[in-house]
Amino acid sequence: MSDHHTSSYYLPSPSHWPIVGSIALFSIMFGAINWLHGVPFGHYLFALGLAILFFMMFGWFSTVVKESGRGYYDNQVDRSFRWGMSWFIFSEVMFFSAFFGALFYARVWGVPWLAGEKGYDTNVYLIWQNFKDVWPVFHNPNPGLFVGPQSVMYTWGIPALNTLILLTSGVTITIAHWGLLKNNRKQLIIGMALTVALGILFLYCQAHEYMEAYMDKGLKLSSGIYGTTFFSLTGFHGLHVTIGTIMLIVILVRCCFGHFDKEHHFAFEAVSWYWHFVDVVWLLLFVFVYWL
Amino acid sequence: MTDTTLNHDINHDAHHDEHPRLLKNPLKWAARWVFTTNHKDIGTLYLWLALIMFFVGGAMAMIIRAELFQPGARIVDPELFNQMTTLHGLIMVFGVVMPAMTGLANWQIPMMIGAPDMALPRLNNWSFWILPFAFAILISTLFMSGPAPDFGWTFYAPLSTVYGPPSTDFMVVSIHLLGLSSILGAINIIATIINLRAPGMTWMRMPMFVWTWLITAFLLLAVMPVLAGCVTMVLADRHFGTSFFNPAGGGDPILFQHLFWFFGHPEVYILILPAFGVVSEVIPTFSRKRLFGYHFMVYATVAIAAVSFIVWAHHMFTTGMPIAGELFFMYLTMLVAVPTGVKVFNWVTTMFRGSITFETPMLFALGFLVMFTIGGFSGVMLSLAPADYQYQDTYFVVAHFHYVLVPGSIFGIMAAVYYWLPKWTGHMYNETLGKLHFWLSAIFLNVTFFPMHFLGLAGMPRRIPDYALQFADFNQIASIGAFIFGLSQIIFLVVIVRCILKGKPAGDKPWDGAEGLEWDLPSPPPYHTWMTPPSPALIIDREAEAG
Repeated sequence: MSDHHTSSYYLPSPSHWPIVGSIALFSIMFGAINWLHGVPFGHYLFALGLAILFFMMFGWFSTVVKESGRGYYDNQVDRSFRWGMSWFIFSEVMFFSAFFGALFYARVWGVPWLAGEKGYDTNVYLIWQNFKDVWPVFHNPNPGLFVGPQSVMYTWGIPALNTLILLTSGVTITIAHWGLLKNNRKQLIIGMALTVALGILFLYCQAHEYMEAYMDKGLKLSSGIYGTTFFSLTGFHGLHVTIGTIMLIVILVRCCFGHFDKEHHFAFEAVSWYWHFVDVVWLLLFVFVYWL
Repeated sequence: MTDTTLNHDINHDAHHDEHPRLLKNPLKWAARWVFTTNHKDIGTLYLWLALIMFFVGGAMAMIIRAELFQPGARIVDPELFNQMTTLHGLIMVFGVVMPAMTGLANWQIPMMIGAPDMALPRLNNWSFWILPFAFAILISTLFMSGPAPDFGWTFYAPLSTVYGPPSTDFMVVSIHLLGLSSILGAINIIATIINLRAPGMTWMRMPMFVWTWLITAFLLLAVMPVLAGCVTMVLADRHFGTSFFNPAGGGDPILFQHLFWFFGHPEVYILILPAFGVVSEVIPTFSRKRLFGYHFMVYATVAIAAVSFIVWAHHMFTTGMPIAGELFFMYLTMLVAVPTGVKVFNWVTTMFRGSITFETPMLFALGFLVMFTIGGFSGVMLSLAPADYQYQDTYFVVAHFHYVLVPGSIFGIMAAVYYWLPKWTGHMYNETLGKLHFWLSAIFLNVTFFPMHFLGLAGMPRRIPDYALQFADFNQIASIGAFIFGLSQIIFLVVIVRCILKGKPAGDKPWDGAEGLEWDLPSPPPYHTWMTPPSPALIIDREAEAG
């Protein structure tokens, strides 16, 4: 470890973790596309890349945890981490806004225009004269290419339950945080465990919903613009819940090892910010994808 | 990147900074550059990557201009021509201007705000080392069976979805990686500027280069994820049966353009704002006056960035959007001219009654000032929706954006390199060669790009390898200009290499008009600088100056 006593700001010594991460990302991306193209090594390279990525994250974060435990990080380093995580979450918000943008565009402009509304007697309208502007889109402009869904998810069934689950998990993680601030380890661990359980429950419900959509309702990724926006938005959200749940599990394990105290628990807070972020995204999903 | 060994000399004079040499100890040498967490090392890596890609992307431009020297399909296949226009654009944007600006940020921001390094040094390494892998994937598309991406750097649907070659998927993931690198880099720059400023370096005392980069970093954070979403949709439409951009399934190819340009328009400000910052450092130095209207420069930069989010559809005037949309985007686009005009006015006024000398950095800054403004004017012409119906997809557009990118962003980068190279290497560069590089570049880029205005107004479409006979004269002039401009850039490489190897000692402050914390450090600066924050007395008090 470098020791630069003249500055209190901790400067890490050279690290091999970033390049390991780059190799992992390269393998994942290059492997995934070769897999899509049916090249024999594609899925192996993809899986290898994922394995390297997990190895890298474990190694990199272990290093950080170790350095933190040794007291290398002062408040200024802590603030750098906080700004870093906040702006990372902001970039995630912008990622989701691209998909929300696609949904709003389709509903407000794309689909009505395709149906020839608002004075848009376009060629497209002339090709597909039977297409009507209704949302959800059950009959696509070209039903031969894109078979529409028979029905869509009922708002006040699983989706409403999932809303309740995620909102509750937001409460439990706050209870855990209060436990941490009060030095009440039991409250901390129970709160975290409940949050993890609720995250897993959410994912189970989501998987169940997807099964129902594919098997019973004919609602698929390929069933036109409704399926496209529905699955891309809920799918990327589900992916983020999965990542969030894994992060929560890591934090729970670290809580059990007694890693955090009242002053030093940036990782805990970062994960809880992330969890609140997926929570807020879900609320928007519930309103704009399932409800309205 | 074997040339990086030359950078060894950067730290040679600093007592405790012995670094492994390439020839004596190649493994240790490689390990230093691959594992480094030092902002100066990482800045050097970014700058070398940008320089190498500059020649790669430049070679592609030469192929384009060779083909366009005469009408008819002469030198290359139309298919290869399309691949060259696509990759030239992608490489120049993502491989040259963005890494070069990030390299400048890495070198300069910590030294200029009195910070010991970037806020998150390991993440900084990762931001860089994602790039070589991303470009390996992108360039590998040239060697695949089937064409490389051949639909222009904007990869509009359905050209990239329904009709895109298999290599499109590789382009998609390389853009994912480039975006990730930019996002991580931007996070680091924001955290550094917010959190690592030395005591006394208040917001309104920050150098303009730092301000422009802070705002650029926010733009990056806001739009790179949208690009990631957009390319993800392309991939999904190609392989997973979605219909984001396919009207047969209720989607819309115009949605692609909205998403792309929501990224693409702020992206052009990402490419130019750091250059604004460089020029705002260079012009005061060589005018021996402080920057005129510092506060308004800051506000103008913020204003440009804010407006950049609500002008994107001026790239889409001919897509048949409602008249209200055309007017909205037309007027807001014209509004950008106001803060930009404030900046140009302030740069000119900074020089007014200054004791001006014309060293190479100043020449590039002045070239920027004049020729970027030409690009700005043609931008105002393009912003007029009714006029744009004629200009859309002609060489006029090519002329416009090359005027803002070449004598704009690229000249900004070159001004920065000449300005700070003595600081980085400890040696003065060869002034005669520098001036030769400037004059050849300035003259021949005009020979290249100015005739394109006429070609465009006369109706020559862009991205087509063949053209009607009446366009031949101007195309030949443009091609000759391009070849000489391209060759002139070898001088740049020579100047840099020579400056790294030898040259007159630069001294701490080679420019007598320069102000700022980086000039209070030795040249070359030691490996770690500002380990103890600079004395607040060293920081320019711009508040007092304003009053």
